[in-house]
Amino acid sequence: MLSVIYALLFWAATAVLVAGLAARIRKYARTPAPLKIPTTPAPTTQGGVVLRMLREVVLFESLFKSNKWIWLFGWTFHMAMWLVLLRHLRYFVVDIPWWLAFVQPFGTYAGFAMLAGLAGLWARRFLVERIRYISSPSDHLMLALLVMIVGSGLMMRFVAHTDIVAVKVFMLGLMRLRIETLPSDPVLLVHLGGVAALMIVFPVSKLLHAPGLFFSPSRNQVDNPREQRHLAPWAAKLEGARDG
Amino acid sequence: MADGDIPKMDHPLDIPCLKHGAMEGLKPFQAAPEHQEKLGFPGELVPDWKERALEKMAELAEKNRAFQVYLDTCVKCGACTDKCHYFLGTGDPKNMPVARQDLLRSVYRRYFTFAGKYFPQLVGARDLTEEVLAEWYSYYHQCSECRRCSVFCPYGIDTAEITMAAREIMDSIGVGQKYSNEIIGKVKDIGNNLGLNPKALRATLEDLEEDLEDDTGISVRLPLDEQGADILLVTPSADFFAEPHIDGLLGYAKVFHEAGVSWTLSSYASEAANFGLFIGSYENMREIALRIRKAAQDLGVKRIIFGECGHAWRVAYSYLNTLAGPWDFLDPDYPVPQHILEFTWAEIQKGTLTLDKSRNDHIRLTYHDSCNVARASRMGDEPGGQFEIPRNVIRAVCNHYFDMPDETIREATLCCGGGGGLLTDDLMELRQKGASPRMTALQQTTEDHGVTHMAAICAICKTQFSKVMPAFGYEMDSVVSVHQLVSNAIILTGQDTGKDAFEEGTE
Ligand code: HEM
Ligand code: HEM
Ligand code: SF4
Ligand code: SF4
Repeated sequence: MLSVIYALLFWAATAVLVAGLAARIRKYARTPAPLKIPTTPAPTTQGGVVLRMLREVVLFESLFKSNKWIWLFGWTFHMAMWLVLLRHLRYFVVDIPWWLAFVQPFGTYAGFAMLAGLAGLWARRFLVERIRYISSPSDHLMLALLVMIVGSGLMMRFVAHTDIVAVKVFMLGLMRLRIETLPSDPVLLVHLGGVAALMIVFPVSKLLHAPGLFFSPSRNQVDNPREQRHLAPWAAKLEGARDG
Repeated sequence: MADGDIPKMDHPLDIPCLKHGAMEGLKPFQAAPEHQEKLGFPGELVPDWKERALEKMAELAEKNRAFQVYLDTCVKCGACTDKCHYFLGTGDPKNMPVARQDLLRSVYRRYFTFAGKYFPQLVGARDLTEEVLAEWYSYYHQCSECRRCSVFCPYGIDTAEITMAAREIMDSIGVGQKYSNEIIGKVKDIGNNLGLNPKALRATLEDLEEDLEDDTGISVRLPLDEQGADILLVTPSADFFAEPHIDGLLGYAKVFHEAGVSWTLSSYASEAANFGLFIGSYENMREIALRIRKAAQDLGVKRIIFGECGHAWRVAYSYLNTLAGPWDFLDPDYPVPQHILEFTWAEIQKGTLTLDKSRNDHIRLTYHDSCNVARASRMGDEPGGQFEIPRNVIRAVCNHYFDMPDETIREATLCCGGGGGLLTDDLMELRQKGASPRMTALQQTTEDHGVTHMAAICAICKTQFSKVMPAFGYEMDSVVSVHQLVSNAIILTGQDTGKDAFEEGTE
């Protein structure tokens, strides 16, 4: 019964995540940017823009310029998260390639780094007057959700172990549209419930910052307006009756 | 406003404690119906304003990717909260960039997002009400669209884009700002922000030619509407009679004279500034930009050069090709348009100008990077040329030059406090408070290096500074045009330098 509920939950969550994100990304991609608005100094070539974007995604360059504390906590949290997610790949592939085996120990401790980063970010929402002012309940809830996922994960890893082989079988089953038996450890159920919730809110929340960054005109435009005429389709329609 | 109200800052970037509602009441004068209608907007608040405002919001989200993406993407990380000079100067939390965005984002969420429709309290979504509209009118006229916040946001969220959209939405329901909209109307009627007609303009230029000849003994021309000239100079109309702008105009004329090029001003396009930008109206911005195209075609020029102006250079550099291009009828050897500083710097490098730096020795100078030149444009071929070229020219004409603190210049420059359509007396309190971070940085540089003057390349900056500087212990004429310094230093071919022929107005 539990296995069925969780299987259905994950299928639904995956559908919401994929469809929601695809719809959003399509919207961003289809909405024209009528004017050239890169925040300058900006790269003058497409290659330069790729590098700028890479620095933003990997190093959080602008955030680093802006605020060292937020950068420290935010960057730690995100990079640790990538490691943890990488480590989690083992639940979804049958044979573990060598590099995935290699990141396993790092991923384990990255969980603590994630927690530390999240704690720092959350503390700022209470302690810094300006950030307290701009925080809504949803901002706290998002952090609570992540803390819950990470906390329960660490619990399983270090305190209340679960049968990870069975988890793997369950996950591989889901990917083949089969329902296998999920261990009924409460901590695991909390972990997976949290993950499903995260997937569902992703396309309707501020988590859209992940795809959003790539579509931000102030970061992804090439600084070449004098060399290349930039014209949005709707603006081109205004051109008709000109010069006449 | 009493001088005591100006916040005393120890450091230009000192973060104030939050002063809730500090600037709540501040509202610029509203545009009269005739000014609204001239721009294609309803004259006064329409009865179904709520629906129309939401329709406009939806339309903008479809037409402008930045608006859509920026509304969705903010994670409330708080990195931008201490970056706005109006927040630093007023302490009003609604002047923090993210909070300014949220005034509109909260409404967007309520009507256009799943979370806001079903869980409004959770995500801070709220209905569009008259109070919200009043708040928009107040705080979206406390943003100078300077883009400082955009530099520091991890996603580049540019509050200026939200401000422009908000103003456009308000215009579309009949609530416009008098200052900007009246000026746009003047450009449409007469050709410039000041409403200076061709006859008056010609007379002004003739007077200036006489002054120049009296000063230098050389006949330097300021041509108007001259068919077949090579270069069309488009400059902010303040250059025709405000101080220190006018000294900059004389500088351009001397540089053109020495370079031996033929050039002209146009009475039809006698304005570089394009206030269509401030109100976020593509259509109005385009209409104004097309005047420049027409002037260039009618006069048969080969090149277009812009005078010293900040937002104007943004519209020129970044948008002119989009709005009024393609420029295939101009000389392909030159970028369209060029900045006067690009031209002057090239002439200095070629060695066509005879410069005597010591003629600026009475000045210890610093330079204010104008916000939209710094963060929304470029000069020259390299990124960052907008910072280097003005400094290169300044160093070529001045012996004593000192930068202000690093965190207040170049891409991190602080706005003068009067940009983006706020250069109006009804917002004087905001202008003074918003200028205080920049002024504090200047005061530090005065303490450290004995700096006496600050150069700028924006008509708004120059006007704003000459107005607010006295409150910070400087003379009105402590702000100078970069080309005023060039003008001081230039020795015209054949000029007799024995009897001193200084530009006045810099001491
Ligand atoms: C392209 C990938 C991503 C990039 C470049 C990115 C970047 C950032 C940056 C720069 C911030 C602001 C600083 C901070 O508060 O940490 C942030 C915040 C945040 N990110 Fe991401 N992120 C990405 C993906 C994700 C994903 C997949 C999640 C899902 C769990 C996530 C969750 C969050 C959360 C919850 C915050 C807000 C933290 C707070 O409340 O202060 N991010 N992200
Ligand atoms: C369907 C997806 C997921 C499954 C099946 C899953 C399952 C598990 C399991 C079984 C463990 C225990 C590992 C052990 O005992 O060795 C664990 C640990 C953990 N999980 Fe997940 N998890 C999922 C998604 C996530 C997500 C999305 C996050 C973070 C945003 C996350 C964060 C963690 C952390 C931090 C740990 C502890 C450190 C570690 O073992 O790597 N998990 N997870
Ligand atoms: S820096 Fe950007 S993401 Fe962070 S709060 Fe400000 S606008 Fe939002
Ligand atoms: S654009 Fe400039 S004035 Fe407007 S919110 Fe950002 S920093 Fe403040």
